[in-house]
Amino acid sequence: MNQPAPEHLKKTARGEPVTLLEAVSEGLFEEMVRDDSVFLMGEDIGVYGGAFKVTRGFLDYFGGLRVIDTPIAEGGFTGAAAGAAHMGLRPVVEMQFMDFISPAYDVLTNYIATSLYRGAGPMPIVVRGPVGGGNRGGPFHSQNVEMAFFHTPGFKIVYPSTAYDAKGLMKAAIRDDNPVIFEEHKALYRAPTLREVLPDEDYVVPLGKARTVREGSDLTLVTYGAMVHKSIEAAKKLEQEDGVGVEIIDLRTLLPLDEDAIVESLKRTGRVLIVHEDTRTGGIAGEIAIRLNERAFEWLDAPILRVTAIDSPVPYAGSLEDYFLPQVEDIVTAGRYLAAY
Amino acid sequence: MSDSLIAGLDQTQLLGLYHSLVLTRAAEERLEMLQKQGHVTGEIYRSIGQEAGAAGAAFALNRQTDGTGDFLAPTVRAAGALFLFGGELVDFFRQYMGRATGPTEGKEANIHWVDFQKGIIGPVSPLGTMLEVMAGITLSFKVRGESRVGMVFCGDDASSTGAWHEGLNFSAVQRCPLILMVEANQWAFSTATRKNTRVRSFTEKAAGYGIGSESVDGTDVMAVYEAVSRAAKRARAGKGTQMVELRYYRRLGYAQHDPQDYVDPDELAMWVDRDPIDLFERRILEEGWAAESVLHKIRIRAEEECKLVAEQATGEPVPDGREAVKGVYTDTITQHPWTRTDGPYRRDGSELNT
Ligand SMILES: Cc1ncc(C[n+]2csc(CCOP(=O)(O)OP(=O)(O)O)c2C)c(N)n1
Ligand SMILES: [Mg+2]
Repeated sequence: MNQPAPEHLKKTARGEPVTLLEAVSEGLFEEMVRDDSVFLMGEDIGVYGGAFKVTRGFLDYFGGLRVIDTPIAEGGFTGAAAGAAHMGLRPVVEMQFMDFISPAYDVLTNYIATSLYRGAGPMPIVVRGPVGGGNRGGPFHSQNVEMAFFHTPGFKIVYPSTAYDAKGLMKAAIRDDNPVIFEEHKALYRAPTLREVLPDEDYVVPLGKARTVREGSDLTLVTYGAMVHKSIEAAKKLEQEDGVGVEIIDLRTLLPLDEDAIVESLKRTGRVLIVHEDTRTGGIAGEIAIRLNERAFEWLDAPILRVTAIDSPVPYAGSLEDYFLPQVEDIVTAGRYLAAY
Repeated sequence: MSDSLIAGLDQTQLLGLYHSLVLTRAAEERLEMLQKQGHVTGEIYRSIGQEAGAAGAAFALNRQTDGTGDFLAPTVRAAGALFLFGGELVDFFRQYMGRATGPTEGKEANIHWVDFQKGIIGPVSPLGTMLEVMAGITLSFKVRGESRVGMVFCGDDASSTGAWHEGLNFSAVQRCPLILMVEANQWAFSTATRKNTRVRSFTEKAAGYGIGSESVDGTDVMAVYEAVSRAAKRARAGKGTQMVELRYYRRLGYAQHDPQDYVDPDELAMWVDRDPIDLFERRILEEGWAAESVLHKIRIRAEEECKLVAEQATGEPVPDGREAVKGVYTDTITQHPWTRTDGPYRRDGSELNT
């Protein structure tokens, strides 16, 4: 491990901009260098560097004891992560696609999420992987899995939308003593517009803190992940065409949910629109709306509305998937409706 | 009935097998062209070098189109079995191109489609699941006293999933007439099979479940046909679940995007030399089962057929986006986004929702 870090993982050190994917890689890499109890497991993460190449170069640098190519056994290696965590290791497991987290659902929800409460100790595990639609992946390579875990007490859930956040949240997630589900949107991985120069220092983005993406006085738009970027487009349009000022809050962490940030903004705007790529029923919008009802009803000047994917599996054909997913136009329509309410 | 040349197969049947091999290859090559031209919606998968495993296995089953025959759950590497079960070539192209005219009307991809009349049950992506499902299908055959079997194809590393083990054990203890085809192509994406299992042959796993098994050269279509014929006979005779391991090699990347740079070129070259189509051709000519001119005609026919139906499918429409709301439930329609209808408070059923 005396060898120099691979060149492609030193972009930040060289002052070069990185993509969201590279930011995730740097975050993982730096944590593994910092703390040798951190190790990786997943399918094709070693020799191949992961289906999306997030861990390219890691096997050569850290060796096979810390970068483990597993059989296709999500339930098995996630359970093994729990055991390793009991013994003081800090596993980061990759789901090749987050859709395939389902075989690990049992051990995640029944074992890992309950461990601390049962007196079996903390579970410093990160389960990470690619999520999201728009890539014509069909029903099994496109899902967002946050709400499958949102309902189980014990998890933290992270879903970054920028390179800066991705790296800082990854570091925070690895250092956190609770199990963290970490979702990385495939469409953001290599998006050229998301390239940014990151600070060449050991920064973390704390879990549970939302970020105000842009300020506005007429409407609070709460969102996360890839929808942050569609929301920004819609907000620009609403500003230019309708003179509506949209404040965008990027949740970044879905659990714990930064209620304060939303309430504070709502008190200034009186209107809330929630936008998520996940499907409608049981989506996070419902939870946010009821919390705002509980805490800030008096400040609402309009109903809380949501723009989401439709309640169906993710369809394969482009025309169907485009209809399934929330689009910029939907956000504009909803924003207009609320502003005029 | 005409004369059996080998293993009870006459010349027409042997040429049918040959056609199946070349058709699979031609279809996938055509698919590759379509992808290069930008017509394919998602990812494509090749089965080059594995065609004999698919064809030989399906050929040994009782294929019907009236809902009375055997069942097949293929993988993307067993498209040839799907065609033999009556899966339409044109549907293969429609599925990959997300056409409205395909069996899933653009909602699902590639060989993931279902036709119960023909005994076809397309898989889902999560590996291992179809073994569980086929255990139930074949349980129904047993319960009803039908002489039918169900065949599931699984990649070699699908055997690492919990679903595979639970499904296989269930099938074994229930003595379900299920035939598990293990596609031992030596790779799971970039990870070598020897890194995913401690056994040298999957038949060792079969022994662990107390089921019958055979390991066979998956590049030899006749060997596959004969092994599966024996397995099917045992399954139909009430001897329960059977495994047939197909030993061969994944000669191209996991999918089209995978340059396969982790593969030893010499090892690969060795398997290219054992091409199942070349091998069968040589055998046919050596045994004098047919002349090269006949084989040539079959190859040309397969290529033309693929070209024709690919053109047809390419010209067909993609679905109307609004169809996305249909088919989630049997009796209700998923709501359209309110931003595309009349607004959040509309009480009368909106036009789009009907
Ligand atoms: C449960 C599950 N985990 C991960 C995947 C992603 N995946 C798709 S194919 C594949 C490799 C499959 O290897 P194998 O079963 O040997 O089939 P082959 O591609 O060699 O035909 C992986 C990891 C999946 N489809 N399902
Ligand atoms: Mg394989």
